[in-house]
Amino acid sequence: MKIAVLSGKGGTGKTLVSVNLAAVAERAAYYDCDVEEPNGHLFLKPQDIKETTVFIKSPEVDADRCNGCRQCIDFCKFNAIAAIGDKAVVFPDVCHPCGGCILVCPQQAVKETKRPIGKIMHGNSGNVQVISGMLNMGEESGVPIIRTMLQDMKNNTTPLQIIDCPPGSACVVMESILDADFCILVAEPTVFGVHNLNMVYELVQIFHKPFGVVLNKCLDSENPAEQFCIAHDIPILGRIPFDGELGHLNANAQIISKVNEKYGQLFREILEQIKEAANNEASVNPER
Amino acid sequence: MKIAIPVEDNQTEICPSFGRTSMFLIYDTETKEKKYLDNSGIAMQGGAGIKAAQVIVDEKAEVLLAPRCGENAAKVLQAAGIKLYQSEGLSVDDNLQAFQQGALQELTDIHPGFHGHGGN
Repeated sequence: MKIAVLSGKGGTGKTLVSVNLAAVAERAAYYDCDVEEPNGHLFLKPQDIKETTVFIKSPEVDADRCNGCRQCIDFCKFNAIAAIGDKAVVFPDVCHPCGGCILVCPQQAVKETKRPIGKIMHGNSGNVQVISGMLNMGEESGVPIIRTMLQDMKNNTTPLQIIDCPPGSACVVMESILDADFCILVAEPTVFGVHNLNMVYELVQIFHKPFGVVLNKCLDSENPAEQFCIAHDIPILGRIPFDGELGHLNANAQIISKVNEKYGQLFREILEQIKEAANNEASVNPER
Repeated sequence: MKIAIPVEDNQTEICPSFGRTSMFLIYDTETKEKKYLDNSGIAMQGGAGIKAAQVIVDEKAEVLLAPRCGENAAKVLQAAGIKLYQSEGLSVDDNLQAFQQGALQELTDIHPGFHGHGGN
């Protein structure tokens, strides 16, 4: 079972939820798809790390062949090519390597090269396999790294796979949840939190994913995110309290469910809730 | 000599953004003519500076007056031999005058751009 953990903005508790769900499972694989700022490894502290580099295709112009016709420039929707002194020049950091310039060039002056954009690290942390993607600084898109990681996930036989998504609801998040069987939306108890929750709520509906909400930083006072869930009939999978002990443990990069059994219980219950919700979903919508 | 300036819709004030300005003023110091060109880069998702710089290069301007400039745009402009000068204040006419009197400094502080804020 593949569980993706999302939120409309950073800092709501995606990694807290992802790492702890992986930790309380008997066996799990944790995929950190937040490739711009992966931090799950800080908690899981994986050993025996193997690194692989991720490359993307990158166009290169042969200046001797280029006759300055500008067909590649007119084609490029990302404005990654400019004509300088009547020769096409590629700006690799703006390029989303679609290969179009190579196809449209009548002089065959554009050819494909490979360019490293980041790496994927595989390691182990007790019962958890840890797979973290890391995008190089200044690169435009982490999608190729996420795509490579999820290709790996297809061949992974671990019974539970947790996908720690990037924040927001843009391409990188869509890519991350493509293969997920269930989505967890983590939400903060504020009006702003509701706005962010709504972004990912809309996204998982577009993708027809079964989902539920984990309310984080819960106080005794009223919780706008909880009210939103009730109003929209969204299942609430669990409530993580806003407490000092949790904050301290987490800030010291400890896995709270391993340190304090009350948190262990909390995350085991969330995992049970999800299994139940996913089973119900499977029986209601067997085509999924 | 042709001087390019990113200008606001009112055509009297300089636009703080090079890549996302709505238009460019091209001023010809010999004929004293002012011409306005639309910036096709304004609504682009990315690469706006590159597209905007291409407009200036194709117009064969020799000088750009702007408050700042991103690195991709600067690369295109500098490769085409266009000199960058830093504008002072917002007035288009004051800056044209100041440049012709040699009162403006060359723009050397090229910023790394504002790319990738769409979270794509």
